[in-house]
Amino acid sequence: MKIKQKYDVVVIGSGPGGLAAAIAAKKTGCDDVLVIERDIELGGILLQCIHNGFGLEILKQDLPGPSYAQRFVSEALGLGVETLLDAMVLDVSPQRRIFATSRKGGLYDIEARSIVLAMGCRERTRSQIRLPGPRPAGVFTAGTAQRWVNVEGYMPGRRFVVLGSGDIGMIMARRLTLEGAKVERVVEIMPYLNGLMRNYVQCLLDYDIPLQLRHTVNRIIGNHRVEAVEIVAVNDRWEPISGTEEIVPCDTLLLSVGLIPENELSRKAGVLLDPLTGGPFVDDHFQTNVPGIFAAGNVVHVYDLVDWVTEAGYIAGRSAAAFAIELRRWENRHMPLVAGENVRYVVPHELDRESLTMGAVRIQLRVKQPIESPVVVELRNGEDVLVKKGEPYARPGEMITLTIPSKVYDLVQKASVLSVHVVQR
Amino acid sequence: MAEAYDIIIVGGGIVGCMVARYLSRYKLDVLLIEKEADVCTGASAANTAIVHAGYDPMPGSLKAKLNVAGNAMWDTLAGELNFAFDRRGDYVVAIGDEELAHLQCLLEQGKKNGVPGIHIISGEEMRNREPEINPSVSGALWAPTGGICDPFGVTIAAAENAIQNGVKVYLETAFEAFIMDGKRIIGVRTNRGDFYCRWVINAAGLYADMVMHKAGIYPEFVIKPRRGEYCVLDQADITVRNVLFPVPSKASKGIMVTATVHGNALVGPNSNFIEDKDDCSVTRAGLDEIWHGARKLIPSLDTRHVIAMYAGLRACGNAPCRTPGVDYRQDFIVEVAEEVSGLINLAGIESPGLTSAPAIALRVVEMLLEAGERLEEKKDWQPIRPPRPRFRHLPREEQLRLIREDSRYGRIICRCEMVTEGEIVAEIHAPIPAKTYDAIKRRTWLGTGRCQGSFDMPRVVDILSRELGMSPFEISKRGGSSRFLLCTTKEVNHED
Amino acid sequence: MRTTENVICITCPKGCTLEVLKDGESILEIRQGCKKGHSYVQQELTDPRRMVASTVKIRGALHPLLPVYTLAPFPKGKILELMKALRAMQVDSPVKTGQVVLPNALDTGIDIIASRDM
Repeated sequence: MKIKQKYDVVVIGSGPGGLAAAIAAKKTGCDDVLVIERDIELGGILLQCIHNGFGLEILKQDLPGPSYAQRFVSEALGLGVETLLDAMVLDVSPQRRIFATSRKGGLYDIEARSIVLAMGCRERTRSQIRLPGPRPAGVFTAGTAQRWVNVEGYMPGRRFVVLGSGDIGMIMARRLTLEGAKVERVVEIMPYLNGLMRNYVQCLLDYDIPLQLRHTVNRIIGNHRVEAVEIVAVNDRWEPISGTEEIVPCDTLLLSVGLIPENELSRKAGVLLDPLTGGPFVDDHFQTNVPGIFAAGNVVHVYDLVDWVTEAGYIAGRSAAAFAIELRRWENRHMPLVAGENVRYVVPHELDRESLTMGAVRIQLRVKQPIESPVVVELRNGEDVLVKKGEPYARPGEMITLTIPSKVYDLVQKASVLSVHVVQR
Repeated sequence: MAEAYDIIIVGGGIVGCMVARYLSRYKLDVLLIEKEADVCTGASAANTAIVHAGYDPMPGSLKAKLNVAGNAMWDTLAGELNFAFDRRGDYVVAIGDEELAHLQCLLEQGKKNGVPGIHIISGEEMRNREPEINPSVSGALWAPTGGICDPFGVTIAAAENAIQNGVKVYLETAFEAFIMDGKRIIGVRTNRGDFYCRWVINAAGLYADMVMHKAGIYPEFVIKPRRGEYCVLDQADITVRNVLFPVPSKASKGIMVTATVHGNALVGPNSNFIEDKDDCSVTRAGLDEIWHGARKLIPSLDTRHVIAMYAGLRACGNAPCRTPGVDYRQDFIVEVAEEVSGLINLAGIESPGLTSAPAIALRVVEMLLEAGERLEEKKDWQPIRPPRPRFRHLPREEQLRLIREDSRYGRIICRCEMVTEGEIVAEIHAPIPAKTYDAIKRRTWLGTGRCQGSFDMPRVVDILSRELGMSPFEISKRGGSSRFLLCTTKEVNHED
Repeated sequence: MRTTENVICITCPKGCTLEVLKDGESILEIRQGCKKGHSYVQQELTDPRRMVASTVKIRGALHPLLPVYTLAPFPKGKILELMKALRAMQVDSPVKTGQVVLPNALDTGIDIIASRDM
């Protein structure tokens, strides 16, 4: 598909937030809607979340992630949403210019009337929780492991410990167990479960995977590949209680220790971020502080249900579409006033057609060459002369004024460009 | 028949690679052996990445001499080898009046060592130059010749330039013993067989003592690993403009806060002797220690901005300084062994080893000449190691040109650091092929950002496996047993 | 003998705890929870079932694995056996969402269907 130079709405990211935004933008009446996705297909992280439990709120169905994504992918494509896949956005400017790159198409420089940021979130890493020990292979975020196991078809370990009782962690514990791996336990530093109770039941209890609350991994053991982890109980200030250390042999440590909105691009676009959520400050239209830049889904704050992400996407998409339509209307009202024969420049540079409903519009210009005999100053739409005025001569040092009367309103509406000429009579 | 060389260098750290590069200028058959899957994996890989001005070492010591001499070589070297180096100067920051007196001592020491341009600036001036500095700063020693670099970039560039000029580099080749003919070294025994040579250059870093002992010399020389821990901060959250040392303690230069050539702030290191020469663990206590130290310089530092942690081991020796009248017992050893022939020892090379490495390499050339080697220059010696493009540093037009030439430069694999598939593939097929994840990470800086490789890891494993024609199960983090993937999802059996 | 048992309902994300009053094996009363929750408990105490999602190998597609799931909750005791059956399977691309890849799995009457087009 040929990527156009300008779009009404460009959505960055094709997870549930992005797809919903694109769908809503189309339905609100935008013709040109583009979704840019860094992966080779639409759908985002849902595609690797093969478990059930999606869609209960909005779709009133219990769907696996890929099915949930499939519905929105099909709907978006059916509505004629354009897509740019396997492409990474390098930069977004506050003026809504987007630079992206892909292997197939090279560099793209796209103008957007409005933008929806829907980059989702990323996982907290080992360093962010300052987990001590050497740096062997075998310490992975749950999401990275999920991609390997569910999409690419590889097992990154045989014997796991999961740190963090978030939903992804528990779901991966079950998933790995079902594929024949041993999950030694799930360890949670807080005194309570971090994910949903139903996941505790159907992911951990069902498969006899022990959950240890108020415990954490004290250090990783193993220089090349993880050989074990040391698990320790923590006190009320989350400090390790010495004497409670226990070495648990394993070859992999999965981290499910929180998600952070992914806002590298937002920053580049001048979008202000809330230090508390990690996402942009938004209004009820999900517009950021930068006019025309909207944000939807986990990029704003981390949700626990995909349905709410979808809903946020709808709102952001509708709002972005309304912005783009308004801007397009503004653009359509304005037409360039260009310098024609023997005219150096014209001010104003553009004409708002609707100004003529309020009264006449005066324009001013200077000529290039002096003409020391009577001349005609003409405002033309192509070959058609809309307004003309005689002058005894034309000199570059003397500004010429031409008034566009209200009565040419209808003629102006038909034009896309107006030109001004000064010619010998 | 076993391979024979003029010179075998043991160890592919900064010292070994720099020696290889300087020797590559002469008509010699040189082999460098490295036990790991890549060059630059030991002390050279995990340090503060500072090119020291030279006011720290004890005047009269070899460290002082080689530091100042080495420092002066870096501009030319960076120009020839094309690595990241920024001579932005460094500061020793005194907090409170008590520390101010120490600056004077350092200043005098620096002058004795021949460090150019150093002087003391006021607390107010320091606050102007680094707005986030502890407001109780009372003054600072300013050394304009201090600098920062990318130690991986330097080491890899030196090794590549050596290879360009005919040096051989064997990775995963571990020194085991010397092959002797009486008191004469005639070769080395390795896990990959025997290699013969006339000279061995011991640049084995933490294991340089062991190599010496295998030759039956210098039994009292011991290298103890002295561990330093570090944290790297997110550049989106905090920018530190300068290289800031605290007033040094006896044991080390202290816990510093510094800018890096990659734009991130770096805090560390602490200094603790440990037993195990392979133990690059970060510890809870160590992290607390470096944060405490770092906040003394910049109180606004926040642990939530940490994106990476690492620990490095300094090869701390116990060699007395050879200069008469200088009482110093942790000096470098840069000398021809006397008890056996055919061995040059470069040992106890802890800080300022990175800075000194080019000067050490030049010294090796001199020592060979002094020992009667007739070193003949190659007519076609090529001192320039061409740089490879780094997509994120290029202006748009250059990016576009690159993608047109090779579309793989259009595919971003690491979203945080904007590293492309083209760059990764180029490193895999470079003179020292990057065959592991860490090798690619060190060369391209992929996976070092906020997500620490969570996004790129599966993609890099895929690219490595495709380019090297290996199964994904053979792809590892840094060789040996550090593999990422163990089997396919569907081949695990419950019956196992 | 009368006993009470707590059962956590997994029907929706709320995860309510329901109190079940039993006399031996027979349920006398279920407290708390909604209508759906009560029927879940009935089912859970007599014939526990779970939705199962997994993957099967696929040939000639964008990815090596096709995500699949049980069209209805599957008997809990047979899940591991189902996994074994799925592990042995292979399908050919193209596959449409909802397409049955394994009809009447383990004679339960429950079909295994594709979660997406591929």
